[in-house]
Amino acid sequence: MSAASASRTLISYVSRWRSGRVTKVGVVLLVAVVGLALIGPLINTSSPTAFLGAPLSPPSRDLLLGTDILGRDLLSRVLHGGITLISLAVLASVAGTIVGVSAGVLAGLRPGRTGQVIMRAVDLLLAFPAIVLLLVLATGLGPGPTTVVIAAFIIQLPGAARVYRAATLEVANLPYVESARLRGEHGLAFVVREILPNIARTLAADTGNRFTVSVLLIASANFLGLGLQPPAADWGLMISENRPGLYQQPLGVIVPAVLIAILAISVNMVADSLARRDESL
Amino acid sequence: MSQRVDPSQPLAVVVEGLEVALATGGRVVAGVDFVARSGEVLGIAGESGSGKTTTVLALLGHFAPGLEMVGGRIYIGGRLLNGLSERHLRSLRGRLISYVPQDPASALNPSMNIAGIVSEPLRSQSAVSRETRHVAVSSALRAVDLPDTPRFLRLYPHQLSGGQQQRVAIAMAMVREPAVLVLDEPTTGLDVITQSSVLGAVERLADRTGVAIIYVTHDLSVLSEVADRVMIMYCGQVVEEGPVADVLRNPRHPYSRGLARALPDLHHPGTLRGIPGTAAGPTERSIGCVFVERCDLAVPQCSTVRPALEVLDGGHLVRCTEVHRLAPTLELSEVNRDSSASERDLLAVNAISVRYPTRAQPLIALRAVSLSVRSHEVVAVVGQSGSGKTTLARAIVGLTPPSDGEIVFDNQVLSRLTRRRTPQQLRDIQFVFQNPYLALNPRRRVRSVVARPAQLLRALSKRDAYREADALLDLVRVPQALRDRYPWQISGGERQRIAIAQALATRPRLLVCDEITSALDVSVQAAIVELLRDLQHRLGTALLFVSHDLGLVANIATRIVVLHNGEVVEEGPSSQVLEDPQDAYTKELIASAPSASQTASPEVPGEGRTTR
Repeated sequence: MSAASASRTLISYVSRWRSGRVTKVGVVLLVAVVGLALIGPLINTSSPTAFLGAPLSPPSRDLLLGTDILGRDLLSRVLHGGITLISLAVLASVAGTIVGVSAGVLAGLRPGRTGQVIMRAVDLLLAFPAIVLLLVLATGLGPGPTTVVIAAFIIQLPGAARVYRAATLEVANLPYVESARLRGEHGLAFVVREILPNIARTLAADTGNRFTVSVLLIASANFLGLGLQPPAADWGLMISENRPGLYQQPLGVIVPAVLIAILAISVNMVADSLARRDESL
Repeated sequence: MSQRVDPSQPLAVVVEGLEVALATGGRVVAGVDFVARSGEVLGIAGESGSGKTTTVLALLGHFAPGLEMVGGRIYIGGRLLNGLSERHLRSLRGRLISYVPQDPASALNPSMNIAGIVSEPLRSQSAVSRETRHVAVSSALRAVDLPDTPRFLRLYPHQLSGGQQQRVAIAMAMVREPAVLVLDEPTTGLDVITQSSVLGAVERLADRTGVAIIYVTHDLSVLSEVADRVMIMYCGQVVEEGPVADVLRNPRHPYSRGLARALPDLHHPGTLRGIPGTAAGPTERSIGCVFVERCDLAVPQCSTVRPALEVLDGGHLVRCTEVHRLAPTLELSEVNRDSSASERDLLAVNAISVRYPTRAQPLIALRAVSLSVRSHEVVAVVGQSGSGKTTLARAIVGLTPPSDGEIVFDNQVLSRLTRRRTPQQLRDIQFVFQNPYLALNPRRRVRSVVARPAQLLRALSKRDAYREADALLDLVRVPQALRDRYPWQISGGERQRIAIAQALATRPRLLVCDEITSALDVSVQAAIVELLRDLQHRLGTALLFVSHDLGLVANIATRIVVLHNGEVVEEGPSSQVLEDPQDAYTKELIASAPSASQTASPEVPGEGRTTR
């Protein structure tokens, strides 16, 4: 296949170069934001909850970003405010992916009664709007990080299960999977050997998506006051706290908002290029 | 046929010294010259990588990404194409030259009806009136033997048979009355009877409209039915060219001879022989003759001096300096059709039926089909697409559960479902899939793919299973270098060998092969069939060989079962079925099978499924 394969290698070369650039930018941004969130609390700045100046004072030499609406050091709050958001989002999205993959793959491999029961249960979850579910859970369990994680997990479950079921259905009847059945392959070994590696691309792309949704959801929950409670430093919470002072001291809203946006975008860039990197399928 | 080549006809295509190169420097097409006259069908044959598709796409001014035309001149209908802008070229496509891609189903927009599809190329010309458009559509449809009734024009692609879809695609290409029509493997994927109807339509099309047709294929036997002249390409060069009867019956280039030997022929079953080695990639070709590494006639100077195209008698051109050393005709060894099979039935299929539930009424794929396979026997199941032959094969291994009847293997009734069968039963019957590109898990290395069944069903340790895998890969002749690669890094023919090795890893007593060569090049196909025959002799495995290709079947089977619309219409020893068919459908199937040794095309009344 000289001509076609030559052109194929060329195409893959070009796309790798392109996705290479996207990957690089994505990785740099992701490392920067996550690094800031992880190392931030270790940097010896002033306490994020101490009142250090007049509320909404502009940046100065002592307070590089100025102060927030209550006169706390904005820089210190930014440095401390990412770690909870990111860890809660990781927790929610990992849990959502694990349960979603299990449910989706099972439903895809047993399209009969088992699959129907799983998918109808998933549809039931889908019927609740995200914010309503969050409010119900907050009423039942009380506001707090646990509530937010559980809510984020439940909210992503239906989407994850659907995506993985569709991906499984696509490979479930391919000859190599049938050939595995003909040699009596079954159970977990069958899933791990034949299904999971071949839906890995979907998995990679979707996990990025899950994480972004979790980040935004947790940030909104905190913004609404259903997650972390004041005076804790948190990017989502900061946006809501400093909103009234937006005109006097815009940095109090802009900095955390931009960080959340960079986090969401960079995760997607990395996940996307991971999914695209593989030319073999 | 060849008398139709009329030297007084204008030259519709003139290609001089065409060279197409990779950006990295390798020549994909290295100096190709040819002409095609109006009303003529020129066949271009060659295997994957021969540069045939690149050559014809160059006629349309189209090059795959990374390819560039670096030399030569192309004239279509007297116009020089060189140096025209992409916009200008686009305006010429369809008007001067048209292209019909390989897969008819994907070439037609499923949401448009026939009238819309065929008139689509006219839509870009705003000046064309409705009536003119209608007349053009009608005449294009009639030119390919399709009806132009209002009822037919309102049909959608999915309501047509494969052959009709392909003819609609051709009509669409013909609607602007181009001077040249390029057909790229238009009958690949169609069964013989449908194929034969499309070929008939193509041949008449050239006669009626005077269009020059360039027919690209890897299948020489198809060219015997349709082409006036044939050009054989190898590694970007024309190695042989001439009138169809001369080239196919009396090929002179060693490569063409290899191809002819690799071609299964219903009327001359003989041992198929693949061509050893693989074609060199564009950057690794010899400075001498491009075929030198695989040639058994090669002399030292072949690898240093590139031979020129030499003119033999009657317009027959050959690019080989050693051509005089070849005997003028080919001898084929006669296949031994004696059944050395034992009398005991290994597999007995008793009156199985398969129904696919659909909303309206169940589709019956198999109707009370019975057959038996004895130990060490090769039984072929033949039929065109839709005959139920693949369903039958899948039912036997339990992938498609039958609704009635029973399958007995070695005196045990097998469960309808694979997962209810015992490990021993799974071991005994293995399956090789049609599409080698999908039959191997892309995430597992070759050795692991082959070792796995032995680990699972024969409870071998990992080390023993890997040793067994190596032995099997030796047996199917997969080189060491490929064994640690992933399947997607390997060619189709090698993959099919690996799939066979994988199936043999359980030491099955029956191997069910479902159309296992239909996705492969002829020389590769020959090598696979040769391998199967050899394995069957050495291992004594019984084979159930499902195929649409009677020529191929004639080469391997001891008994033939003919399926038609889900029923067995004929069954018997190969020689009897092929030479003295009793059933009308079998006769039609045999008459439609293209045969390189018989260049006169048989007339075939119709095709399997028509809407008329």
